[in-house]
Amino acid sequence: MSKAAEIDIVSVSKVYGTTTAVEAISLKIPAGTYCCLLGPSGCGKTSTLRMIAGHESISSGDVRLGNTVVTDLPPARRGTAMMFQSYALFPHLDLIDNVAFSLKMKGVGKDERRAKALDMLKLMQMEAYAPRRPAQLSGGQQQRVALARALITDPEALLLDEPLSALDPFLKIRMRAELKKLQTSLGITFVHVTHSQEEAMALADLIVVMNEGRIEQAAHPRTVFERPATAFVARFMGDHNVVSGRVTGSHDGMVVFDVPGGASLAASGQGREAGEPIDIAIRTDHVRIGEPPAKGLGFTGIVANIEYRGSTVKLSVNGTGIEDFTVIVDDADFFAKPVAVGDAVPIAWDAEDAIVLGRLDS
Amino acid sequence: MTVALERPAMAAAKPARRRRFSLGAVAPYLQSAPLALILGAFLLLPIIMIVVVSFWDYDFAAMYPDFLTTNYSDVLGSWVTWKTYLNTIKFAVIVWALTLFIGFWVAYFLAFHIRTTAMQMVLFLVCTVPFLTSNIIRMISWIPVLGRNGLINSTLVHMGLVPKPIEWLLYSEFAVVLAMVHLYTLFMVTPIFNTLMRIDRSLFEAARDAGASGWQVLWNVVIPLAKPGMAIGTIFVVTLVMADFSTVQVMSGGQSASVALMMKNQMSLLQYPAAAANAVVLLVLVLLMVAGILRIVDIRKEL
Repeated sequence: MSKAAEIDIVSVSKVYGTTTAVEAISLKIPAGTYCCLLGPSGCGKTSTLRMIAGHESISSGDVRLGNTVVTDLPPARRGTAMMFQSYALFPHLDLIDNVAFSLKMKGVGKDERRAKALDMLKLMQMEAYAPRRPAQLSGGQQQRVALARALITDPEALLLDEPLSALDPFLKIRMRAELKKLQTSLGITFVHVTHSQEEAMALADLIVVMNEGRIEQAAHPRTVFERPATAFVARFMGDHNVVSGRVTGSHDGMVVFDVPGGASLAASGQGREAGEPIDIAIRTDHVRIGEPPAKGLGFTGIVANIEYRGSTVKLSVNGTGIEDFTVIVDDADFFAKPVAVGDAVPIAWDAEDAIVLGRLDS
Repeated sequence: MTVALERPAMAAAKPARRRRFSLGAVAPYLQSAPLALILGAFLLLPIIMIVVVSFWDYDFAAMYPDFLTTNYSDVLGSWVTWKTYLNTIKFAVIVWALTLFIGFWVAYFLAFHIRTTAMQMVLFLVCTVPFLTSNIIRMISWIPVLGRNGLINSTLVHMGLVPKPIEWLLYSEFAVVLAMVHLYTLFMVTPIFNTLMRIDRSLFEAARDAGASGWQVLWNVVIPLAKPGMAIGTIFVVTLVMADFSTVQVMSGGQSASVALMMKNQMSLLQYPAAAANAVVLLVLVLLMVAGILRIVDIRKEL
């Protein structure tokens, strides 16, 4: 069953009239990868998926699946199968006929296709519901049927357009575990569009963060989270404080920069010209209350808000030129030395936690 | 403390609640009364009267209250009635098939080939423009087109395509069917357009993704999902054709008959009980046809 294909996207663009939805993106998705296209709405992730599927024409560039260039092939001849956001199950057919639809289109005989469809429903543990119509199923059950319908074509890559967005939060978490299990057992390439970074982190081997039709970063979830490439990625993935400023100089492998109207900070990195704009990211849970270990690795700010979250406490701190800096401290540490709203507190972090972010050249 | 506070409040609320309760019991009946009265007076009562009269006796001058079944045995026992019924059903089937075919493609074009909703509405209103004139006028306007010296015949003769005017264009069954299709196609377009507009467009993509060709999408997705609309349109067209007498009379030039035309003739001879019996038979027949359509297609989700 497993005959996964590598997906190779070469400077693909999508232009609608005068607006560019996808701007010359290139991406290699290795065979058998669970890839998540992640980004806010309107970032071009769905257009990219639909271009891979063949439901959207490609304005320029090429898509290769395995060894075939599929740019101009119709959806069914690409070896991909798509699962739609609303599942798009045929309301007038029972589950067996829904799953057997593509076999019927190919002209497979009735008994053979119904038997195959029933096997596929068994794989999804939906055989008990086979004679039902889609409207008689819950959201999670509909999703399983949609998966069965997509997988019966024996695709090399499964394309999922926001598959979990129609489910309630509890079911979302259960279904995403099922998706991951299914991908592991089938071994085929999954491309999954989502706007939830939590979902992407939980599922993906490869996260592709997109913004305004371009790829900001494509890497393993851990890399994306620990070494975000750009300020957008750091903000979108969350749990990061992004601080911007202008470089004043560098020494000993540290870049020193000024925050507008405020402190001078430092971050590990080099090769920056003085006067250049710079963004750095600091993990919110790697920040502590205390004196900085070296100059530029902290600042003093006023506590603006305190949120108790059980195992942690979230502080919002305003410094000069740094607004709404989030500090997550362990509850035990916080209650050992509590601070109150309005207090001036020193904030500090270690040199390796301050990451210099890149910028996409526009 | 709370008890003391609650008691006067409850005492005050009680009479008010009781008054509202009694009004509340009557309110639904009051609300449904106007429609019930109108339907009772203008639909139910006339039908009951027709059924009652259909059992009466009559002669050339008057009707006599009675309970006779001769009216029905006359209707069902006469070969002419059977032929007229068959003729009417033949018209209904031909007109139904043509309006369904034309209506489906017009609705399909409006729903899937016109991109903007504004344009869809404009074209849909254009479809309804003929309804601004009466049925009779739209029907009669065919006469100068189809007549012996009408537009089509004179053009064909002038171009030398035919030696002499074609006789069967007007005052023929062809003319009846043509006029009926013209009059009733929109009754098919509207409900089908409505159902087509409700089809989730992603179903077409899902079908394409499964390898369906354009015709396969049409046959396996569009037509099955348009069935409720087709059923509603069919009910409109069949009932209209079954009850039609003016189109048949005018366009066939009196050479063709329909059940309603037969009833009209009976009434002009003052044979009201015979016409009433005929009407009851026709009503039962049409109701059976509608019941048959509803058995085949579930239209509930359209209502």
